[in-house]
Amino acid sequence: MDRINFLKEKANLLRQDVIRMLAVATSGHPGGSLSSADILACLYFNELRHNPEDPEWEDRDRFILSKGHACPLLYSALARSGYFPPEELQTLRKINSRLQGHPDCKKTPGVEICTGSLGQGISVAVGMALAGKIDKKRYRVYVLLGDGEIEEGEVWEAAMSASHYKLDNLCAILDNNSLQIDGPIKEVMNPEPIIEKWRAFGWNTVEVNGHDIPQILHTFKKAKEVKGKPTIIIAHTIKGKGVSFMENVVEFHGKAPTKQEAQIALTQLKEESKKWKN
Amino acid sequence: MEELVATRDAFGEILLKLGEENKNLVVLTADLAESTRVKKFAEKFPERFFNMGIAEQNMMGVAAGLARCGKTVIATTFAIFASGRAWEQVRYSISHSYLNVKIVATHGGISVGEDGSSHQGTEDISLMRTIPGMKVIVPADGVETKKAIQAAIKVKGPVYIRLGRAKTPVIFKEDYPFQIGRGYIIRKGKDVSIFTCGIMLSQALKAEEKLKEEGISAEVINISTLKPLDEKIIIESAHSTGAVVTAEEHQIIGGLGSAVAETLGENYPVPLERIGIKDKFGESGKPEELFEKYQLTANDIYKAAKKAIGRKDEKK
Ligand SMILES: Cc1ncc(C[n+]2csc(CCOP(=O)(O)OP(=O)(O)O)c2C)c(N)n1
Ligand SMILES: [Mg+2]
Repeated sequence: MDRINFLKEKANLLRQDVIRMLAVATSGHPGGSLSSADILACLYFNELRHNPEDPEWEDRDRFILSKGHACPLLYSALARSGYFPPEELQTLRKINSRLQGHPDCKKTPGVEICTGSLGQGISVAVGMALAGKIDKKRYRVYVLLGDGEIEEGEVWEAAMSASHYKLDNLCAILDNNSLQIDGPIKEVMNPEPIIEKWRAFGWNTVEVNGHDIPQILHTFKKAKEVKGKPTIIIAHTIKGKGVSFMENVVEFHGKAPTKQEAQIALTQLKEESKKWKN
Repeated sequence: MEELVATRDAFGEILLKLGEENKNLVVLTADLAESTRVKKFAEKFPERFFNMGIAEQNMMGVAAGLARCGKTVIATTFAIFASGRAWEQVRYSISHSYLNVKIVATHGGISVGEDGSSHQGTEDISLMRTIPGMKVIVPADGVETKKAIQAAIKVKGPVYIRLGRAKTPVIFKEDYPFQIGRGYIIRKGKDVSIFTCGIMLSQALKAEEKLKEEGISAEVINISTLKPLDEKIIIESAHSTGAVVTAEEHQIIGGLGSAVAETLGENYPVPLERIGIKDKFGESGKPEELFEKYQLTANDIYKAAKKAIGRKDEKK
């Protein structure tokens, strides 16, 4: 299998994991997990220099899930990378589980920092990038934000500080799925024009189709060549991507599929994966 | 004349020394480099100092990120902004991950003075004390400040250290054996226990003298670590005196008075009088004037001690 199909396959697997996990947990956030699946597949199975056998390896690239509610996706990426057995995914949100409702670095190997309170992850990412500069390390820091999340003031404090300190080792990805909990971002609290805002804050900005794996890979590569400023990749995505009845449906932000819905979703995803298998 | 030193000045001094010894130390501020006394560190170690601008929430998050990459971080701003504006970042980004961030908050209490209520951190101890795993230290003078900062750097996890703006009396000698989590008996006594934190210790010592003139023997104990609290010293002292006064430059809700009440309520209830700001906002004025108006003086402690002693019979 070539690299692109390999990553498509991974993204598909992550989506299936998400559906299975949420159906077992009977709660959690499918919409924003599914919209970021292609991005996470590219990161965990291509881009990041990391070592699942040594999660605390000093020189590893860091990934921060600032939109922490999408952690089912992160857990799947970690499990499928080898940080812990995939069977453990079924314990999501259960008592005594290492897989909390939102990411907890004290509990889950491979999770870099506790997130879930929106707006905080990007500041931590800035701190990590700053540490990389102080120590003259080569690692890169990636942080995934939601498009509703950027309504938080802290995001812009962080944005200002990242360009002020010229953190070209920092790459943010914005999951621009156009929805938040209460509806379309444009109706709830319009953060547009998004690109112009980041540019005005001194960032290098790139737009991609967040489900187009070759494009995503290309952008990550290009971002590494930018010097003197951080990069944000505005990834245009579809919330709920890959499951027909979840796509662009506001309610599936934070509603788990029923057993039946999960069956249908899994059938659709498996059908989809046949496209590149033969 | 007694020697006067602002605890924030002592902090600035020790920070320079620590910067020399500990190459891993990184200092952050939020446009308050001069006021928080980190400016000298900034000048000497520019590669390990970052001004984060007037953005306290981001500063706390950045501190967490630096710490997660192995740095020991000192994050400074005023007590109200460190504990209030950025409370949730301190709770979640820093404390939930149990990171090595030492929050050094100056301008604690009402002794901030003329700037008024907006700048007086009067709820910070309460806000920080409630965060799981957070250590909370309120040094009484310059000597203790230096020892507390050194100890905070060595200990694992998040620490909140509250310092003051005003020059205040130096009480301790260099040989004072500071330890995080340990109270310290300054005066032995048998009629009433006075527990204090921060600059209220000097007021308590004056009250103790006044009580002594009347033949009342007060035990004065410095509880500079509000968390983890030295419950043993509090219970033992209450046991031997049977009456307790707490004194702090903070709201009486949630601070030292509350901490002592929680401990005694569960372990050894005795009459308790709390000196502190009585559920009110501060205002502008000279620190001494504010102490008078908000009843935080030696005389207030003196009166509270007599009241507590008078209540000993209640129990019988
Ligand atoms: C500080 C904070 N406020 C509110 C919430 C509750 N919350 C969880 S997800 C969410 C909407 C997020 O929307 P977006 O960032 O667009 O995420 P996505 O669409 O990618 O799921 C909200 C408001 C939160 N987690 N943190
Ligand atoms: Mg969204």
